[in-house]
Amino acid sequence: MTIATNVSRRNFLIGSSAAMGGFVLGFHVPFTKEALAQTALPPEVNAWVVIKPDDTVVIRIARSEMGQGTLTGLAQLVAEELECDWSKVTTEYPTPGQNVARDRVWGNFSTGGSRGIRESHDYVRQGGAAARHMLVAAAAAEWDVTASECSVDKGVITHGASNRTTTYGAMAEAAAKQTPPGNVVLKDPKDWKIVGQPLPRLDTVEKLTGKQIYGTDLTFPGMLNAAVKACPHFGGKIASFDAAAVSSMPGVRKVVQLDDVTVGVIADTWWRAKTALDALPVTWDEGPNKDVSSASIAEMLKEGLEADDAFVLRNEGDVQTQFSGGGKVLSAVYAFPYQNHATMEPMNATALYTTERCEVWAPTQNGEASLAAAAEAAGLPIRQCDVHKVHLGGGFGRRGMQDYVRQAVQLAREVPGTHVKLIWSREEDMLHGAYHPTTQCKMTGALDAEGNLTALHMRISGQSILASVRPEAMQGGMDPVVFQGLTQNSPEGHLAYTIPNLRIDHAMRNPPVPPGFWRGVNLNQNAIYMECFLDELADAAGVDPLEFRRKLMVNHPKHLAVLNAAAEGIGWDKPAAEGVHRGLGQIMGFGSYVAAAAEVSVADGRMKIHRIVAATDPGHQVNPAQIERQVEGSFVYGLSAALYGECTIGNGRVEQENFDTYEVLRMAEMPEVETIIMPSGGFWGGVGEPTIAVAAPAVLNALFAATGKRIRMLPLKNHDLA
Amino acid sequence: MARLNINGQDREVDVDPDTPLLWVIREQLGLTGTKFACGVAQCGACTIHIDGIATRSCVMPVSAVAPEQKILTIEGLSPDGSHPLQKAWLAHEVPQCGYCQAGMIMAAAGLLQQNPNPSDEDINAEITNICRCGTYNRVRAAIKEAAADTTNAG
Repeated sequence: MTIATNVSRRNFLIGSSAAMGGFVLGFHVPFTKEALAQTALPPEVNAWVVIKPDDTVVIRIARSEMGQGTLTGLAQLVAEELECDWSKVTTEYPTPGQNVARDRVWGNFSTGGSRGIRESHDYVRQGGAAARHMLVAAAAAEWDVTASECSVDKGVITHGASNRTTTYGAMAEAAAKQTPPGNVVLKDPKDWKIVGQPLPRLDTVEKLTGKQIYGTDLTFPGMLNAAVKACPHFGGKIASFDAAAVSSMPGVRKVVQLDDVTVGVIADTWWRAKTALDALPVTWDEGPNKDVSSASIAEMLKEGLEADDAFVLRNEGDVQTQFSGGGKVLSAVYAFPYQNHATMEPMNATALYTTERCEVWAPTQNGEASLAAAAEAAGLPIRQCDVHKVHLGGGFGRRGMQDYVRQAVQLAREVPGTHVKLIWSREEDMLHGAYHPTTQCKMTGALDAEGNLTALHMRISGQSILASVRPEAMQGGMDPVVFQGLTQNSPEGHLAYTIPNLRIDHAMRNPPVPPGFWRGVNLNQNAIYMECFLDELADAAGVDPLEFRRKLMVNHPKHLAVLNAAAEGIGWDKPAAEGVHRGLGQIMGFGSYVAAAAEVSVADGRMKIHRIVAATDPGHQVNPAQIERQVEGSFVYGLSAALYGECTIGNGRVEQENFDTYEVLRMAEMPEVETIIMPSGGFWGGVGEPTIAVAAPAVLNALFAATGKRIRMLPLKNHDLA
Repeated sequence: MARLNINGQDREVDVDPDTPLLWVIREQLGLTGTKFACGVAQCGACTIHIDGIATRSCVMPVSAVAPEQKILTIEGLSPDGSHPLQKAWLAHEVPQCGYCQAGMIMAAAGLLQQNPNPSDEDINAEITNICRCGTYNRVRAAIKEAAADTTNAG
């Protein structure tokens, strides 16, 4: 990555503008001469592909790398159609400012919802194919032959009839002048050579030596550092603070009130900024929510479980008639608490502001949103701003929010012409999350005399993310995200079960705690509610949980295939080792079908997870090695939430401030994970998130098998298993 | 003024004595491979070695380190990424986002120094670093491979 290796301002701009080839944006003009003087400009064949004379292929990636491997996966898609030599591929990020200036040639920068590959596979492959056409056309023109007589393999173009060859590096400059083809035909998946292969990631080596630069590592000549503290009480604000008490502390340059809720200190080093901020006397106006607590929120949601006002997703048949019809009726209430993303790298951004221009360096999941936030905070037109993306030390949805970018610019405006790097303390990060929203769910099901599920009512009560962060995406007041995985036929995620009488509805209850998209989003809770309650029903019917599901899944063979694979992998039809018990779960989300089966044992009140088998059908697979890693990691994220994850609320604020009270899964508890990838082709599903949703149900159902205890109120740490 | 021996070099830094070693390493010495993540010695992203012992540097004041004590950071683990753990990490392609990995490797290097052939239980007990991407199983596999590599070579 050009962007990550050179961190001086000058080199950074050379890096990014040189990569633009002949195209240099107006606002880069002050640096252009420098760039031209110091760097041979490699030709940009098209927006996606730059080829240097030494045949190095630079593939532009619009989405953000946060560990999920998207740089490698997207590069594979471009390289497949480009027919270049994979060993010569590198990647770089275009900036959001360049995207704006070029009429959004790179499309959407937003990186979330497991969308990187599944949403852009088509146009990035077309970008690679178009570049190949132009390179071949350039060679054909030079040789005065027709392009169709030429073949290409690993970046070498051959005209067989005349026995001539040339390379992409040699033809790139001429290719850039070719007219781009109108329509390109993409390869048949059966002809893929690079896509579908378990290729090593392109970004590993520097992560092993400390050389990989993250946002917190950036440094610029004369740079100042900042720490901030925002009112921890949601809806509260600053009552007063005494800047004079700390302004003469070592290294302190400025004590800054950023807005009504946030105060910050700018100092020569971050440690001195943080030390002064900790010493700064601040009193908070606790605001209108000072009496809000986990208990009051739970009451608010509980009321919603029985309320008449609800958004109805599905209402098929008549559940009420079945419930009062004399069969066996089961009912259970589940709850899922607030979670913090807890990325390892705390929120941070670096900004440089002048009255003419604002630049930001940020680990962001949405470069374009960062640009908009920076421009707004700077009070400058977007074209006078830009954002340089750096590797993310974890994202999980948190870095789609732009609060930290805004703050960095607000701080930089206090010292025009000087870079300011803002880093949040872990405490700030824990107290100002975009929390995985809390919901409760009342599940009610009816069984007939033969143990068949005749009716199911799923009443979700709780918080809407969209109502808070993207109200324009609401559908007539309804938040469709709440229903992830439960729809009748959405390709994003539909329910596997055919139930003659089915009602799924949502009573929206929005506590004053800011919610956000947290890896897996609502699919996580929905899978727990549905898959654990189905286990309860199976148990009540006296039917094996797998058999109980299979009967309901005859119309959904893809869901069933992954469930069967996970069950077979764990050895469902054979007895487990003594003292070991099994559970399973499945769901469809983010376009993929996933299932998991778990083996656990319980001794002395402690659960041990021995082994997990996970099956995934993502349609097309781009890089199975990276899919495996995403699936394994999903269990850490999903089980951290199920076992420990809980942000409790008291006095209108989050009560956990660091990893000592916000516990997460560590090595000692990590089970073996066996990943089965079963790509059935024909569609493109995401892999970064869906498996998280089946982690908890598989384990909780196994825990029931082991103990007879149903854990309905998460997290597990609050329950006694003895 | 503090005198430190870091990655084999004696360095003098002008710094408040209660500054955590982590921030001296990152801000005064410019070695940013050692990461800040929690600040309370919970996560291990800041792990370095002091005289060969894996240490969480975010809660250790610089004044607690004597000039003759040898501080080793990820940048000094090997000249060219060739430490057996780095090689095993590459072979297993352990990192995802990578932010915790320098601390993870330094913790593993500390473990192998004390215990060249650790069992699963030893690894569980000693490698308590947090990784949110979920690389634990590959961390374990890489430690075992590096241990085998070192044992065979030794």
